[in-house]
Amino acid sequence: MPDPIIEVRDYSFSFGRTQVLRNVSVSIDAGEMISVIGPNGAGKSTLLKCLDRILTGGTGTMRVSGRDLNAFTQRELARLMSYVPQADGRQFPFTVREFVTMGRYPHLSPFSSVREEDRLAVDEAMALTGVADFAEREVMTLSGGERQKVYIAAALAQGARILLLDEPTTFLDPHHQDDILRTLLRVNRESRATIVSVTHDINVAAFFSDRVLALRGGQVAFCGPAAELMDNAVLERIYAKRFLFARHPVSGKPVVVPEEVR
Amino acid sequence: MRAGSRNLALAALAAGAVAVLFAAPFIGEERVPLRVLFDRSSGDVASTIFWSLRLPRVLVSLLAGAGLAVSGMAFQAMFRNPLATPFTLGVSSGASLGATIALRLGFTFSILSFSAVSAAAFAGAGAAILLVYGLTRARRGFSAATMLLAGVAVSFFFSSMILLMQYLSDILDSARILRWIMGSLATVGYASTLEMLPFVTAGASLVLYLTHELNLLTTGEDIATSRGVNVARTKHLLFFATSLMVGGVVAVCGPIGFVGMMSPHICRLLIGPDHRYLTPATLLFGAAFLTLCDVLSRTLIAPAEIPVGVITAILGGPFFLWLLLGGKPQRMMA
Repeated sequence: MPDPIIEVRDYSFSFGRTQVLRNVSVSIDAGEMISVIGPNGAGKSTLLKCLDRILTGGTGTMRVSGRDLNAFTQRELARLMSYVPQADGRQFPFTVREFVTMGRYPHLSPFSSVREEDRLAVDEAMALTGVADFAEREVMTLSGGERQKVYIAAALAQGARILLLDEPTTFLDPHHQDDILRTLLRVNRESRATIVSVTHDINVAAFFSDRVLALRGGQVAFCGPAAELMDNAVLERIYAKRFLFARHPVSGKPVVVPEEVR
Repeated sequence: MRAGSRNLALAALAAGAVAVLFAAPFIGEERVPLRVLFDRSSGDVASTIFWSLRLPRVLVSLLAGAGLAVSGMAFQAMFRNPLATPFTLGVSSGASLGATIALRLGFTFSILSFSAVSAAAFAGAGAAILLVYGLTRARRGFSAATMLLAGVAVSFFFSSMILLMQYLSDILDSARILRWIMGSLATVGYASTLEMLPFVTAGASLVLYLTHELNLLTTGEDIATSRGVNVARTKHLLFFATSLMVGGVVAVCGPIGFVGMMSPHICRLLIGPDHRYLTPATLLFGAAFLTLCDVLSRTLIAPAEIPVGVITAILGGPFFLWLLLGGKPQRMMA
C-alpha cells in the first residue's frame, strides 16, 4: 500500500466558540475520487478550507504527501493542491486566459513574466476542461457552469495534483452538472489527479466517486466505498432521514428517488 | 486588453508625465523664459521662481500624486471595493492627526533623518489602518458597507481630534493648521521633495514587487491563498507600504483627497486590470494628474491660490457619487 496523499488525524476546528469539526480522521490515496456529503453546516467546506490552509488554527494533524501541512509554505502547498470555490457571483475583471494564467503563480517569481512552460500548462488545462473556446471572454460574463470549469482549469494550470472542490454542481442545471462531472472524471483519469468534491447529491456521490466521506455535526458519520452508501442504515445516520430507493433502469444499481410529498 | 495597445498606453502615459514635468514649471502668473533652463547663474527673479519655487513644487506634486494614486490602487485591490482608498477609509485623517500633533507640540527632532512630522504622520496612518482593519475583522463576514462606514467613523473621529487641537491653538497656529488641512503643495527649495522621496519610493517599490499578489487578491482571498499567496503577509506589506506613502505625503502636503480614488479607475480604463501594468500606469497618471490640478490651483484665481485639495475634491466628489450610484466603467473592478 502506498502512503495516503492526504491524511487527517483527530482534526478539530472552531469558529470562535462554535465547533465545526470534531476529531475528524480520514486518509485519501493518490488518484482517488472522493465525494464529501452531509447536511448543511456539517463542516464539509470547512474541512476543504483547512486542508488548503485557507482556514488555519485547528487542532490535530493534517499531512499532505507524507509531510505535515504546517511545514509547507503556501507556495509549496499550491503546487500540490488547489481549492476550487463554488462558481459564485464574485466579480473580478479578468478574461478566462488571464485568470487561468494567474494559476501559474506558485511557479513564478515576483517580476517574472509568463514563460513558455507556463503557456503550455495553461493551454493544456484549458483544453482538458473545454474552456479554450471562450478563452478571451471575461470570467464575469460566463454562465455558472462555464465559470466552474474555468476555476477547475486554473487549479490544473497551477499544477495541483489534488483538487478540493466546494459544491461544484450545486447551482447548475442538469446539463451543466453532467458537464462538470464528466470534466472531473476526465481530469481524474487523464492527469491522475486526486479529487475531493463536496456534493449534496447522493446519487452523484454514489456513482461518480470511489469512496464517500460523510460528515454530520462536524464528525465523520460514514467513510467507505460508494457502493455501501445506498443503505438506509447508513443514510439515516448521515441525514437523520430515510430514503426511497429504486433500481437504475440501465445498470440495475440502487438510486435514491424523491418522495411524493403531496 | 491586447499586449500591444497596453504597452502603447503605458508609453503614452510616461510621455504625458514627462511632458507635465517639463511644462508645469513654466506655467504660472509670472512668465518664465526658457533660458532659465540653461542659465542658472543669473540669479534674476524668473530664475529664482523657476528653480526655487516652481520646480520643487512640481516635484513634490509628482511624488505626492504618484504615492496617493498607487495607495488608492492597492486599497481597492485589497478590499475588492472601488470606493476603498486611504482617504475614504480614514487613513489620511490618521496621518493628518499624527502630523498635527507633531506640529502643535512643536516636535523638531528627527528619526533616522526623517522629520518628526513625517514620522508622526506615518504612525497616524498605520494606526488608522489597524483601526479600520480591526473594526471590519471584529465582525466576521463584514460587508463593503461595514468597511466604508468604519472608515467614515474613523475619519470623523480623527478629524474631530484635529479640530480640537486647532481650537486649542492660538489664532496663528490655528490658521496654519486649517490651511494645511486643505492640502497644499506650496514649497520653497528642495527640502520637502527630499523629505517625501524615500517614503514614496519605498512604498511604491513594495507595491510594484507585489503586483502578482494584487491580481490574485482581486479574485478573492480564498483563491489567492489557494494559488500560494501568503495573504496575511501580503496585506501587512501593503498596509506598511500605504502607511509610508500616505504618511510621507500628508506630512508635507496635508490630506489631499480623491487622487487615490480617481487615478486607478481611469488607468483601469486605459490599460486594463492587470496590476503588472496598472501599477506603473497609476504611478505615472497620479503624478501627472495632481501636478495638473496644482497648476490649476495656482493659476485659476492668481495671484491668489485655491488649495489643491479643494480642486481635487471638486473633481472627485462627483466621481465618487457616480461610483457610489453604480457607474461602472468597463473592465473596472466590481
